[in-house]
Amino acid sequence: MAINTDKNSYTIIFAIVMVVIVGSLLAGFANGLKPMIKANERYEKQQNILYALGVNNNEGANDVVFIGTDQVEEEFKTYITKQLVIQGDQVTEDDQAYLIDISKEENKAKKADYQRRLPLFVANLEGEELYVMPVRGKGLWDAIWGYVAVDKSMTVRGVYFDHKGETPGLGAEIKQRYFMDDFTGEKFLHGGAFKGIEVAKGNNDPKNEDKSDNEVDALAGATITGDGVSAMLRKDIKLYVPYFKTLNN
Amino acid sequence: MGLLSRKDAKLITDPLADNNPITIQVLGICSALAITAQLKPSIVMAISVLFVMGVGNVVISLLRNLIPSKIRIIVQLIVVATLVIIVDQVLKAFAYSLSKELSVFIGLIITNCIIMGRFEAFALGNGPWKSFLDGIGNAAGYGLILVIVGFFRELLGSGTLFGFQVLGDPVEKTGLYAIGYENNGFMVLPPMALIVVGIIIWVQRSRNKDLIEEN
Repeated sequence: MAINTDKNSYTIIFAIVMVVIVGSLLAGFANGLKPMIKANERYEKQQNILYALGVNNNEGANDVVFIGTDQVEEEFKTYITKQLVIQGDQVTEDDQAYLIDISKEENKAKKADYQRRLPLFVANLEGEELYVMPVRGKGLWDAIWGYVAVDKSMTVRGVYFDHKGETPGLGAEIKQRYFMDDFTGEKFLHGGAFKGIEVAKGNNDPKNEDKSDNEVDALAGATITGDGVSAMLRKDIKLYVPYFKTLNN
Repeated sequence: MGLLSRKDAKLITDPLADNNPITIQVLGICSALAITAQLKPSIVMAISVLFVMGVGNVVISLLRNLIPSKIRIIVQLIVVATLVIIVDQVLKAFAYSLSKELSVFIGLIITNCIIMGRFEAFALGNGPWKSFLDGIGNAAGYGLILVIVGFFRELLGSGTLFGFQVLGDPVEKTGLYAIGYENNGFMVLPPMALIVVGIIIWVQRSRNKDLIEEN
């Protein structure tokens, strides 16, 4: 018996059956692969944090090579001695602090009665205490984020930036070595007062030899992404200043 | 008689050369421009499309007598979308850095005109085995161009292949760089993909005059 595929009832039944089959298939896949995807996301965060600290597998001058996923968990434990969560005046230790979703925290903090949780990673690099802070902001098209490693005096030791969808060849260059390396040595604190680091266009210091001007040379053709980086650093690093002041006293 | 009859073999070999989806039908150009700056993403994209087209064509072909013609485009879209989501999830689980690199372009396989084109033009009217061969053939033809373009763009643009420096070290000035060779940064940008595809089309048509359209 041939089926009349033109009937409306047949069309509707076909659509329903199709949706049920496809839906359960995809749900099954998503569930089965979820642990692995979650693990990958975790590794990525650890790799990024370690990269900002200068713990990486870079060889050539332009390389951005992370610690391999098979070692990253161990290396993370070796270098990161403490993971702190700063909430107002309270500082607690939490070894899951690197999983805090800072964009969610930022949204929650818009309500007056919520104190934002700020993750801070304390690292021990060859005997010296370094601190890594996550930052997150807006680029031209979508989110940009990164990690900033500083020492006790809030002098930058290294950064890592990433982005979701900046223009390749222009804004996307923020994750290139020549841009990220420029930040090293810049200072967030000047005589106890916080000052951001600006990605500056009119900067007369393209080689970035002046480390006290709070400016790094901008990327050509990426003004808005660059401004986004400046704003992100200004906004997020500032939140950590009270903690660093208690450290230095 | 070999594994495939001559007619079946033609289904695979035709799209590789004389009926290539990119150079002859000029379909699927968008992804060919976007992801071919390096060889590795080109190959992953080619494999992903190969999977989606091979399986998709078979599924559509099996369902061809059941699909109500009124909603056939939607059904085709659902099949592609399902397969693409599976590819995306598998990449995220097993090749995370690669899936980050390809980011939206895996999702955009859904809109790859070659896939919908083959579903509509071939799988709806032919049996599963033929459709499978047709899907594999067209995806391979697409992948072949992707790999050729990726090869030249990575070699001339970055001096590397699969990330290995094959022409010497541009910073240390070894190999070719010692005698003054410079990477062509323009090759990394999308417009050069269009020009490379153009050159391939030119070479192909000058070798086979039958392909030149008459005005």
